[in-house]
Amino acid sequence: MSAAPAPGVGAKAPADDSARPVGQSRWTPYALLSPGLLWLSVFLVVTTIMLLPMSLSSGRAFSGDGTFSFDWQFANYADAWTQYVVDTPIFQKSLIYALIATVLTLVIAYPLAYTIAFKAGRWKNFLLVLVIAPFFTSFLLRTNAWQTILVDTGPVVSFMEASGMLSVFHAINTPDSWPSWAQIFPEGLSAENRVLATPLAVIIGLAYNFLPFMTLPLYASLERIDVRLIEAATDLYSSAWTAFRKVTFPLSLPGVVAGTLLTFIPAAGDPVNPALLGSTSDALMGNAIDAQFKATGNYPLAAALSVLLMVVIVAMVAVYVRRAGTEELV
Amino acid sequence: MAGAHLQNPLVFRIAHPTTPAHESGPMTEPTSTSAADPTSTGGGADLHIVDVTKRFASFTAVDDLTLTIPAGSFFALLGPSGCGKTTTLRMVAGLEEPSAGRIVIGSEDVTHRKPYQRPVNTVFQSYALFPHLDIFENVAFGLRRSKKKDVRNEVEAMLELVELSSFARRKPSQLSGGQQQRVAVARALINKPEVLLLDEPLGALDLKLRRQMQIEMKRIQTDVGITFVHVTHDQEEAMTMADTIAVMNAGRIEQMGAPIELYENPVTTFVANFLGQSNLIKGQLTGKSGGDALLEVQGQRMAMPTARVHSERDDVWVGVRPEKVQISRAGTPTDGENSIAGRVTDASYIGVSTQYLVQLPWGQEVGVFSQNLSTEGPLGTGDDVVLHWNPAHTFALDAAQDADAGAEKIEGDE
Repeated sequence: MSAAPAPGVGAKAPADDSARPVGQSRWTPYALLSPGLLWLSVFLVVTTIMLLPMSLSSGRAFSGDGTFSFDWQFANYADAWTQYVVDTPIFQKSLIYALIATVLTLVIAYPLAYTIAFKAGRWKNFLLVLVIAPFFTSFLLRTNAWQTILVDTGPVVSFMEASGMLSVFHAINTPDSWPSWAQIFPEGLSAENRVLATPLAVIIGLAYNFLPFMTLPLYASLERIDVRLIEAATDLYSSAWTAFRKVTFPLSLPGVVAGTLLTFIPAAGDPVNPALLGSTSDALMGNAIDAQFKATGNYPLAAALSVLLMVVIVAMVAVYVRRAGTEELV
Repeated sequence: MAGAHLQNPLVFRIAHPTTPAHESGPMTEPTSTSAADPTSTGGGADLHIVDVTKRFASFTAVDDLTLTIPAGSFFALLGPSGCGKTTTLRMVAGLEEPSAGRIVIGSEDVTHRKPYQRPVNTVFQSYALFPHLDIFENVAFGLRRSKKKDVRNEVEAMLELVELSSFARRKPSQLSGGQQQRVAVARALINKPEVLLLDEPLGALDLKLRRQMQIEMKRIQTDVGITFVHVTHDQEEAMTMADTIAVMNAGRIEQMGAPIELYENPVTTFVANFLGQSNLIKGQLTGKSGGDALLEVQGQRMAMPTARVHSERDDVWVGVRPEKVQISRAGTPTDGENSIAGRVTDASYIGVSTQYLVQLPWGQEVGVFSQNLSTEGPLGTGDDVVLHWNPAHTFALDAAQDADAGAEKIEGDE
């Protein structure tokens, strides 16, 4: 990263190029871009490109001679498909858990961001600090804390059980008659008397961990809305609810799109929440890839899974962004 | 730009099929008070603001304001920023609630009604067009909310009126300032409000466009006959457009009347300075003679009509507008006129007129706008002159008032 001598280039430029304003060289934009570009190319582009040949190679890391040979092993993708889509629906689970968590996060974050943007007054900055406060502790620690909160004998679970909520969640399941690839919640969304080690715990953990990523973009787009537009809507015979539906919400769509992407994409590949809050049957793609890399040493299969997940997410995001029509907004 | 359609009231009736075709015709939505007003030419309703006060924390924005705006009039609330004019407008619209007092439209008390329950629409400052909706949907917004049928025809007629038919599917950001302004007017007018509120509607436009829009707005108002309440800090805009102007300062009305009344016969120093310019000279009322009041100004005797004295006390500011003052070489006879000697300290020749600064014997400088009628050419700096004016152009204000009140704005605006 030391290869970004932006100040040096800027200082040298005026002597070369006296026609430009002082401090402006035609290299300045490149100099400013270079740290970011370098970072992205090393850690994103190169690694992604390395994934592709690996996903078409054969060999194992911890057995045999530990080397890989690139021999167009499309069978890796076939294996990934059979094992993680057809036989066990881990791939589908990842997307559906992430989807439910994203919707839950949106439902929680929208009123929160709305209140901070429009109603908080002088508490605005304080509330924003509270939103990002969780970042002061480690992601792992915070997820671990949910094990304590959701402990079987704790007040949260007792309340949920007594109020009948757990029975409702337990009733949400995928019938045995469905094929194996559709068995997303074979045991129900939660157990009858337990939240930990159920899909519900994983979804709660995901929703909690990504809440700031949803709240901040929502806040940013809500805060930018000119309140006179809302006044104009009420002046033009809209009740408060209609004004929200017809003006505020459509204008906050860029924030909704950004927040849902920032939540859904990492949630779909997250290994931490399933590992700490779920049972073994709640393993998601993050855990599968993690296991193939670290435990089995099957790098080619892990790479194929990664590529598969990436392609599907990119395709879904492309359709979603087009449907939401963000480019037409303002 | 100034719409040919606007000159044709027939076109407007397409948009407003219920607008009376004859001035004497029945009201579309008869109101008890407007029918009684012989000057009313069309729809709309009287707007009564009764003892209204608005306080924000410790600041009183509007202070016990009482105002009646007759149906069908074009009324301007004129004042510097922070005088309470916008707050008054927002209370009529329902966007602020008065701390005390009542707001009555026609015969209905709307003080505590929500904005969407009032027969009022607003043209907002900088328009507040919905950026995510196209022009058609912006204009249709109010009709859709009130579940009107035939939205399409009404919107198309309205867009035609403001000459934006070909822009129906554009977004507001693709329109120029003047076009956006017309969309904002169309969006409000299409709902046929009893009262149309305009909050500095031309403030964001450049000077030339503003002049055009002033004429266009005035024409629309004449065509539809709705009560227009227009808030502005631009005295020229208010004088061009409004039938009646209320000059507001610090939450109160300083003076209300026709533009000519306010300009020719101001009752406070604030009005004298805020509307145009005034020369204010210290003087004393010394007595009466017939219909005239007698004055002494720095040893000089003057006269003026008693009806133009607006002071309870004998110490007064003797006022005269710069263009009412004639300037002549010292020694010129000034029989029957009020006169004062002085010396020219500055003369700016600007073609149609010459602007002089003249120093009076006690040091005060006064301004004179003189049409270049003399064949000898303008007077020069250092010339001894006599200033004289018709006593009927003199006004007298309470000397306890600040002689500079309202004068600051002259530098800020064109």
